[in-house]
Amino acid sequence: MTEIASGPSSSPAGRRPEAIKAVPVRHPWRWLSAFVVAVLLFAAIYTVVTAPLLRWETFWQFLFQRLILDGVRLTLVLTVTAMVIGIALGVVLAVMRLSPNPVMSAVSWFYIWFFRGTPVLVQIFFWFNVAIILPYVGVGIPFTHVGVTLSTNVLIPAVVAAIFGLGFNEAAYMAEIVRAGIISVEHGQTEAAQALGMTRLQVMRRIVLPQAMRVIIPPTGNETISMLKTTSLAFVASVPELFTRADQIANSNFRYVELLFVASFWYLLMTSVLTVGQFYLERYFARGSQRELPLTPLQRFRRMLFTFHAPTPT
Amino acid sequence: MVKAEAVHKSFGRLEVLRGIDLDVYPKEVMCIIGPSGSGKSTFLRCINHLEKIDAGRLSVDGELVGYRDRGDKLYELPDSEVCKKRSEIGMVFQSFNLFPHMTALENIIEAPIHVKKESRATAEARARRLLERVGLVDKVDAYPKQLSGGQQQRVAIARALAMEPKLMLFDEPTSALDPELVGDVLDAMRALAEDGMTMVVVTHEMGFAREVGDSLVFMDAGFIVEAGNPRELLSNPQHERTKAFLSKVL
Repeated sequence: MTEIASGPSSSPAGRRPEAIKAVPVRHPWRWLSAFVVAVLLFAAIYTVVTAPLLRWETFWQFLFQRLILDGVRLTLVLTVTAMVIGIALGVVLAVMRLSPNPVMSAVSWFYIWFFRGTPVLVQIFFWFNVAIILPYVGVGIPFTHVGVTLSTNVLIPAVVAAIFGLGFNEAAYMAEIVRAGIISVEHGQTEAAQALGMTRLQVMRRIVLPQAMRVIIPPTGNETISMLKTTSLAFVASVPELFTRADQIANSNFRYVELLFVASFWYLLMTSVLTVGQFYLERYFARGSQRELPLTPLQRFRRMLFTFHAPTPT
Repeated sequence: MVKAEAVHKSFGRLEVLRGIDLDVYPKEVMCIIGPSGSGKSTFLRCINHLEKIDAGRLSVDGELVGYRDRGDKLYELPDSEVCKKRSEIGMVFQSFNLFPHMTALENIIEAPIHVKKESRATAEARARRLLERVGLVDKVDAYPKQLSGGQQQRVAIARALAMEPKLMLFDEPTSALDPELVGDVLDAMRALAEDGMTMVVVTHEMGFAREVGDSLVFMDAGFIVEAGNPRELLSNPQHERTKAFLSKVL
């Protein structure tokens, strides 16, 4: 046994050895592969930007055109309403699916099977055309004349048909996402809450769902971004959202590619904003799950700026 | 306070409790020991109806757990009444089960506010007093992840006490802790016992059972093998199985 010269008292801060300065390993392949990819990327961009018949002035002309901006607004409205319906109905379906009542869970299973198993395009088109088989819809007490009857066409205009199609389809996906979130929460949490005397509903609302959110938010963000683009299917119901508008304009001036660029610009802008929103939402629901919250990009940037000096030993 | 008569419980074909008879008197601290799989945790969970018993009678404070006795028939209690009864019994788990998305304070005031419908101010004031009592005033705003196991378990004890229970159940409260953290939790439990709380403690801490316990129950394979005064039972066990078990753990 040699002497053990440790213990906090024997290594004061002053005797800390010099930081290691070594010649770093060279990575020639990294440089080469980066160069190849950069060249290919540049070539691709160059080819598109300088395409001989591409008219950039048309792109700029329509980018902020009123019809396009109206389309952007409607796309946002469709996305938000369809997601609200999808999330609300999805939570209900998920809770039903996990319910001890067999009718509840079977109905939820059937709904998910049906709405996830048919294309959303077909569903939008169905709601758009439902008046053909069901010209009037009424609510009333059976075998009496008490009730209200409305024309289906009044009740479900094209926009509503698109929202129904998108929202009801989304609910099936959201139900599975929420269910996965709920069963990801440890059973001990439910037991602890029950032991305190909380009711089933309170346990779900106050304890399980907030924790399930951590698992639910990332895929829901994906769904929202996906929904933003899927709204372009409302095109089949002639709903004047972004893509429909771009297509209508292109039909009159035949500048299809330029108008597709215009539409893509707005779709990209909106999905970028959603991505940022998703980051902060995830951060909020991560509270308590890590010792420290992940840094926001701004915080990371600041830290990078102000920690040029040697990192403090931890 | 707790009265069990021939309590039976099975999970599928596995009989976990095969006739448990015992009485816990008010202000009594009863410790239950025994090898794992002997049914001691299951019995504890039956007391606040986290598990349903299959046969026998189990009552708390003179009222059946989970049922109402109307002469010749038993009626299952509706959820709302089961919840109300549970709110009068505190429970502390081996794995703490604090709510990770809430701070220590929020964990403690959750049930008083939402179950007992107390005002936030009243609940917070009591929560702070309880945290002080378990020695964690400075951890009011800490999330469970930021606390050590021993601190988490003491918050869990405070959370259970916030409902002002008439009975406290402890399910191996120190089994998941590092050895040097066990003492703080046991101290909190000892203080509680000195204040006259009725406690049923499933534990492997023989020292605690000897010093704090009023009675000791040794369970094995779903039966109570031996019960009595903890000091006598630990130093002079009568039954072979008790002797074999104690020789391994002492």
